[in-house]
Formats: sequence, structure tokens, C-alpha cells
Amino acid sequence: MTNIPRFTPLQRTLHWLMGVCILAMLFIGVGMASTVAPKSLTLVAIHKPLGIAILILALIRLAVRLRYGAPPLPADLPEPMKLAAHLSHYALYALMIAMPLIGWAMLSAADYPVVLWPSVWLPQVLPQSASLHTALWNAHFFLAFLFFALILMHFAAALFHALIRRDGVFDAMGPVLTHNEVAPAE
Amino acid sequence: MPEASRPAPRNAVASLLLIAGVVAFSAAAFAYTAGWFSPERLTPQKLVDGFDLRSPPPLGHRRNHAKGICFTGVFESNGSGSELSRAQVFVKGQYPVIGRFNLATPDPNADDAKVRVRGLGVMISTPDGQQWRMAMIDPPFFPVATPEAFHALQIAAASKEPDAMAKFAGAHPEFAAFGGWAKSAPWTGSYVEERYNSLNSFIFTDGSGNDHAVRWSLAPAAQPVPVPPEELAKRGPNFLESEIADRIKSGPLRWTMLVTVANPSDQTADPSKAWPEDRRSVEVGSLIVQRIEPERDGPCRDINFDPAVLPNGMRTSDDPFPAARSSAYRVSYDRRTAEEKDYPRTATGSAQ
Repeated sequence: MTNIPRFTPLQRTLHWLMGVCILAMLFIGVGMASTVAPKSLTLVAIHKPLGIAILILALIRLAVRLRYGAPPLPADLPEPMKLAAHLSHYALYALMIAMPLIGWAMLSAADYPVVLWPSVWLPQVLPQSASLHTALWNAHFFLAFLFFALILMHFAAALFHALIRRDGVFDAMGPVLTHNEVAPAE
Repeated sequence: MPEASRPAPRNAVASLLLIAGVVAFSAAAFAYTAGWFSPERLTPQKLVDGFDLRSPPPLGHRRNHAKGICFTGVFESNGSGSELSRAQVFVKGQYPVIGRFNLATPDPNADDAKVRVRGLGVMISTPDGQQWRMAMIDPPFFPVATPEAFHALQIAAASKEPDAMAKFAGAHPEFAAFGGWAKSAPWTGSYVEERYNSLNSFIFTDGSGNDHAVRWSLAPAAQPVPVPPEELAKRGPNFLESEIADRIKSGPLRWTMLVTVANPSDQTADPSKAWPEDRRSVEVGSLIVQRIEPERDGPCRDINFDPAVLPNGMRTSDDPFPAARSSAYRVSYDRRTAEEKDYPRTATGSAQ
């Protein structure tokens, strides 16, 4: 029985919680932009506080990751796959932190309020500016699709590790161990 | 990790198919949510495109109500609104306002005498950091009952088929009342003599948590003087803007804000139906316009008078228009701010 190194329970909890939040966020984002129905206002009202919640969770998660690190990838994983794994994780962290900030800045540049709760309005982080608004709007729009594409790749890679390679990478972050119990530490 | 320690792999082909299935399903769900499989869905983009059906879009300008002039001033609250809403804007006091008088036309160079509907956008800011934005017009009711009917009106109005409008009116009987208003209501020679109406219904929540369904109006202090449209046509294409710029020189311009409260039996979902005249009306304060500025370098230029921006103590009702307007105004804003070069500020004007 091999020792399967895993992320800490705190890291695993943050991962799955944020996974649900971010997927919901992306679906809410494309949904609210595609309809004039009253639910668009409901979706907008969820999108803003959820975005700020993701920002806070992402910063906590980054700190936890820097403190506790990550289990090593399997030694026999081909180099291109290792590189892809590392780069995609940098990109996912960058997007988790950047997307809420870009959204907040985009609303500020349009002089729109950032309403978290009917009584909680966040301050503007930028002065009103048409050119900044346009740049930030484009960034928010295109990065959202990039984010979703990366998440699909992340799904595919996770399942590839879980079902085909069965190398313990999925179990490192898995909510429960799928086939192996963790052996006692050496 | 040694290869030998791994459990025997399952059927790799089945696993790959499963992975492809998960990815494809997720992508399809995302595309569905974005409306890519729902061409019949009324999107904000379609509603905004609807204004461009008859003429090319006014680059850099609002896609509707494209012609306008900015103002600044204050909202002077008399305290009476607090019985209806706990919003700070109804606490007795003065709160800064940025606003815009405008014409309901997609043409920023329209002849003032040819545009039937006049509008007013207002943004009131309060010290708690919240805002109340609104965009009102001068008819006493809206032409149609639903956003879908509004889009059908856009299509019918742009149609080359001679009976398109007749067909539209047949399918939307509420439209006849608006036609009657447009024909018979007197024209005036000034933005200052118009009464501007929210038309949409909103819910105000008072300090005890009770809800009140309301609409509101800004009633002019100035006495309206009817002027026949053929007389207005002689005053030049921009007479409304020059008239208000002149008039402000003799002092601030005032409107009284009246909040009308629905009876429990009144419908709130359909802005094409006015409530009966005898409904309770609360005078909550005055809009005082102190300074008029051209739009090009003015403070209202890059403000979106989005009617869904409401302070704590106000929210939308079952009226579907504020949501539809909010989403369409945002698309219009996104487009026009991206076209700033087509409507440049003057050299002396600066981005605020």
C-alpha cells in the first residue's frame, strides 16, 4: 500500500467550496447577461457578493497554499503534463483573484454601485472612465470564457488521473479516497 | 509512485469517453445558459439592436433617448417620504443630483419639435454612499405592457410592410391609449414645463418593514403653456436646449416629487395602465435644478440612469420593465463607452 500524499483538509474544503462558487459564478454571469427577464436582476444581485466572497476565499486559499504547499506530482508523470499542471494552476489562482477585482474595477469605471447587500455598498476603486470601463469589460468578458475553458481542462485532467492513470493525483484533492486508504506516514 | 502499486486500469476507452462526455455536457450547459441554443430568448442585445433597425446606431451616444442636456442640482427632501421608505434620501435634507433632460429618439441630432416623448434622468446620492437612479418620461402611461411587446413594437415600427403597425396595434390593444395621448396631449415649448413619470411600479419599505407599492412623478413648478407643434417647428432644431439654458439664468428650476401609493387591489405589473386618479399621493420633496451643461463635456454623459439602482428601502416590483431597462441600458452603456472616439469631448473638457 502506497502512501498517498494529500492536501490538508482545510485545502480540500476550500477547493470544493470554491469550485461550487466559481462554477455558479460563471453560469450566473453568462445567464444574467443573456436575458431581460426579472431574474437578471436577481442574478446580478448574487453575482456581486459571490464575486467578493470568491476573492476573499481565494486570498485565504493562496495563503494556505503558501503555508502548506502541495503534494508532489507523481515522479513518472511526463514532463509536458507536469508543466501543464503547474501552469494551469498558476492561471487558475490568477483568475480566482483577478476576476472579482476586474469586475469591481469595471463597475467603478462605469460609476455603477457595487451592492453586496441592500445596506452594504462597496466604495468605488477607480474614477469613472469610458476607456478604462471598456478595457475592463473586455477583460472580464474574455477571461470568463478562458476561466471556464481552464475549468473544463481541469475536469478532464482530474478524471484522467482518477480513471486512467489512477496515480493518486485525484485522491490528493478528492473529497473522499476512491480506492486507497492513506498508509501510515513513513 | 511505483507502477505495480496501482490498481488495474479500467477500460481506458470507456474512461476517455466518460471524460469527453463530462466536458461536452458542461460546455453545453454553459452555452445553454448563455442563450446560444435559445434564439427566441429576448436578450438585452436584441432590445438595444431594436433601436438601430431604422437608422445606423448613434456611435458614442445612448442608443435611445440619444439627445439630451445635463444638469446638476439638489433633491430637497421634506421628510414625508420616510413614512413610505426608510431610504436616507427621504430624511429631511438636501442631497446632490446629477441629471439629464432628453428626447426619446435614437437620433442625437433630432429636431426637438419632432420628438413626441420627453424624458428626465435623475441620480440622487446620499451620505450613506447609496444612490437612487431613475429615468422618467412625460406620457402618463407606457405604450406597451411588456418588454416583449416593446420589442415587437421596435420591429413593427421598422418594418417595410405597410400593415405592420396595424397588425402590432391589433395584437397589443393597450397601444391605442398611447396613440391617443400622442395625438391629443398638448406640446409645450420647454423641458421645464413637463411632468415626468416613473410609470414603472416599485416597492418602498418603511422603517417598520412594511412594503408599499408606489409610482412617482416630478410635477413642474412652472405653468405648462401649450404650443402647437407647427409653432415649435419654427423655433429651430435645438430650441429645448437653448430655452432651458436661458431660463436657468433667472434662477433654479423646480419640480415637486409626488409618490403615489397603490391600493391593495391595484396591479403593479403593467405600466401601460395608469392607476385611478384618487390614489393617495405623498409630496416627498423637490428637485431643484441649479446648473445646465451641454452633454458632450457634462457630468451626466457617462452616467447610466439605470432604474434598478435603488437605495436600501426601495426595490423593484413585479413590473418586468425595470429589469429589462436595466439590462438594455447596460448594453447601451457598454457600446457607447467603447465608442468614445466617435463622440469626443472638446479639448477643454476633461474626463471627470
